Amino acid sequence: MEMTILQVFNGLSVSSILLLIALGLAVTFGLMNVINMAHGELIMIGAYSTYVTQGLFTAYMPKSWFDTYFIAALLVSFVVAALIGWLLEMILIRHLYGRPLDSLLATWGVGMMLQQIARFIFGAPNVAVTSPSWLNGGLAITSSIVLPYKRLFIIVLVALVLTAMYLYIYRTVQGRRMRAVMQNRNMAGCLGISTRRVDGLTFAIGSGIAGIAGCALTLLGPIGPSIGTYYIVDAFMVVVLGGVGKLIGTVAGALGIGMFNTLFETYTSASIGKVLVFALIVAFLQWKPRGLVALRTRSLD
Amino acid sequence: MVLKWLTGNPGSRTKRILWSVLLLLMCMAPLFMTPFRLGLLTKFLALAILAVGLDLIWGYGGILSLGHGVFFGLGAYAMAMYLKLEASGTSLPDFMSWSGVEGLPWFWEPFRSFPAALILGMLLPALLALILGFFTFRNRIVGVYFTILTQALVMIVVTLFVGKQEWTGGTNGLTGYPSILGFNLNTPSTKIGLYFITLAALAGAYVLCRRIVSSRVGQVLEASRDGENRVRFLGFDPSRYKTFAFAVSGGLAGLAGMLFVLQVGIISPSMMGIVPSIEMVLWVALGGRGTLIGAIIGTVLLNSAKTGISEAYPEGWLLVLGALFVIVVVLMPKGLVGVWSKVVSSLSRRGGTVHAAVRKEG
Amino acid sequence: MQPYAKKVDFSVPVRGEVREIGISPIVLSAEDITVTFGGFVAVNGMNLALRKNELHFLIGPNGAGKTTMLDVICGKTRPAAGRVLLGDGLDITKKRDYEIAGLGVGRKFQAPSIFANLSVKENLELTLDPDRSVFRALKVRRNRCTTFEMKKVLEQIGLPDRLHVRAGSLSHGEKQWLEIGMLLLQKPRLLLLDEPVAGMTDEETMKTGMLLQDIAKACSVVVVEHDMDFVRSFAAKVTVMHEGKLLKEGSMAEIQRDPMVAEVYLGKRRETNAQAAGH
Repeated sequence: MEMTILQVFNGLSVSSILLLIALGLAVTFGLMNVINMAHGELIMIGAYSTYVTQGLFTAYMPKSWFDTYFIAALLVSFVVAALIGWLLEMILIRHLYGRPLDSLLATWGVGMMLQQIARFIFGAPNVAVTSPSWLNGGLAITSSIVLPYKRLFIIVLVALVLTAMYLYIYRTVQGRRMRAVMQNRNMAGCLGISTRRVDGLTFAIGSGIAGIAGCALTLLGPIGPSIGTYYIVDAFMVVVLGGVGKLIGTVAGALGIGMFNTLFETYTSASIGKVLVFALIVAFLQWKPRGLVALRTRSLD
Repeated sequence: MVLKWLTGNPGSRTKRILWSVLLLLMCMAPLFMTPFRLGLLTKFLALAILAVGLDLIWGYGGILSLGHGVFFGLGAYAMAMYLKLEASGTSLPDFMSWSGVEGLPWFWEPFRSFPAALILGMLLPALLALILGFFTFRNRIVGVYFTILTQALVMIVVTLFVGKQEWTGGTNGLTGYPSILGFNLNTPSTKIGLYFITLAALAGAYVLCRRIVSSRVGQVLEASRDGENRVRFLGFDPSRYKTFAFAVSGGLAGLAGMLFVLQVGIISPSMMGIVPSIEMVLWVALGGRGTLIGAIIGTVLLNSAKTGISEAYPEGWLLVLGALFVIVVVLMPKGLVGVWSKVVSSLSRRGGTVHAAVRKEG
Repeated sequence: MQPYAKKVDFSVPVRGEVREIGISPIVLSAEDITVTFGGFVAVNGMNLALRKNELHFLIGPNGAGKTTMLDVICGKTRPAAGRVLLGDGLDITKKRDYEIAGLGVGRKFQAPSIFANLSVKENLELTLDPDRSVFRALKVRRNRCTTFEMKKVLEQIGLPDRLHVRAGSLSHGEKQWLEIGMLLLQKPRLLLLDEPVAGMTDEETMKTGMLLQDIAKACSVVVVEHDMDFVRSFAAKVTVMHEGKLLKEGSMAEIQRDPMVAEVYLGKRRETNAQAAGH
């Protein structure tokens, strides 16, 4: 029983991180059919934004305020990553619409450069971010099971981001425009929606969420210039598995991969676990090639 | 006149002369190159074999694989396993005894024999490509979906190779094998021999891929790149064609890996990882996809540049690599070959010589 | 627009002749086909029998399920119920699209879907060889010789001098003919065409109609069409679909006399035509 609770919690924790990373990806991929390979570096930017914010708090704020830095860092990470994402869309990705594979390569190049720039600024070795003291410790369920507050916090954070995304997409005018463009770009354009602005905004939001993910990752360990690449492939798999076009698919994909990963890793080893998850995903795609949730179209090609 | 000759009136005779000169130059390379430079060139030519195979599926089939590092790695490991066993003689390979392995694992056994290692080095990657291709193309998992899956394949294979240290040598990979079939790998004469073997293998790979793309297979590949569904309604099963091309491409990557190991003397998981795999794509993109020759040019150029830049300024390489990706994709999607033919056509137009469109069809 | 049918009389249908054609063997029959998209029933228990040497038109208002019917036959869409049988009794309902194409059922979609980057010849070459396996294709060099069959088809579709032109630079009508030519080289037993004359000039439309009549001498041809003048001029047999069901089948004359058809389809059509003429 205790084992099961721990399993589920660990699975949930892994899933929540995956989901946080994959959410931004799913939005940009669903909307623009662009796989943003620099997404991992946007996460890295979020993480370093947190690091810098912390440094500023230590330097310029009274000591008693230090614990609030994390809240500020969440905001800063979002804004910085969103800005860079917006720039990226404006300068590069806009010119590569309709060439998904090319945009994949170009964004990978951008990611590579961002990593190197981070190395120039912050140095190649990892740096540690001190977590705020209110996230230390954990929630004791029984004498032997303690759920760390940090992990719980991330789960709650993901839930909040997800809710915000949902409200944005389904309850605001901007969100409605975004859905319109997602479903039929040309028609939406004809109806007077500025698809360019929608693209830019959506890309910025997706990038901002990556920034938040980066901020959250600082809670789990030291950060480095290549922190993004470690998570990004898994996040891509979430998008592939979940399908494109609906948030629920991404949630299910993240839960599926996170849970199975934890399960397999417990009973085999980390490396064999990954192989099994991959095999399972390929097997699943045999049944549903377009992922869990797919928008159906009748067009040819 | 010289200009006209240089710009290559694409008559088959000029073409043949150009090719012969090029081949002759390549054959004479050992005469005017230091062993070190020759070794580098051999390495680049080995990598070019992989690039030609990558161009076959990407340039013609429109399938972008970010997983060729795996196929390359499988070939390289196959050769390295043979070399390691040859170097260890009757005892276990050193890293195995360090990890406390008692006997040689069963899958190491076939690599005691050189021919078996040679065959497996191409067969294993081709088979892996075949299986992955079969299960994805069949369900029309194409485009970015396929690309992402290949990248995931890289990640899990690397994790597996690192994790199973007692069988694969872990992060350090396989190294420490001075000779092949009794020839010392570091003597100049062996180096020259390897150079010619590699050159021949590259020529063979090129001819093979050229044959494929100028056969109907190439036609179907190109057609299904432009409209997969239409090809299906003409009665072709594009997935079979793609799987075939992908398997050939995987096999060639394995061959490249084998020759690479002979030159470099080490293979480790980091050499087949995500970054090297995507770097391979840039070789093809820089040279010009869908041309085969562009893949070779791109590989040699880019790797020369890499060697130069890494020697002078190791930090800078990744920055250059990233920038190159952006530049090539945005500014010259047809690569150097595309730029070249544009220059040629504008030159010949200015020269007033009208090469009417007597291009031999195909 | 002057309906060209009045200038030249190409109309085959004479009552009685349809019956005579009706004797020729069945090439393909679709039985009780039902197709649903989500909750929406696109085709509802439709039956269709296609006979050899028949130029068969499938008409009906928008959303009647005509294109979906073709999709089912060629394997693009799986029906929820019903089955599709070839004339020799082979059940092709569960076969994959390329297998069905290999069995001699050619499908032409509404938009021209030739390969723009290949030459006319290369497009035709693609379908020339009945063996579609990879290993056969490896042995065949592309762009080699022009066979007698290819020349014949080129004559038939009226493009004998366009052999080396890039297919993408053909006019809209020529692209459609090229695609029909590609299907012809497969020696099909059945051709399924979706609005082949949409977007064509009157002259091109006529040429296409005659081409289809010519083709129907050797196999069975099904055409989904909205252009009623075209249907009137060339149809040997007409099936009217309405809301996913069979409404009426017969010669054009019979269809035109049918009050039900007039109500759901022809009537409305005439009204819109009249309106259009009034402007």
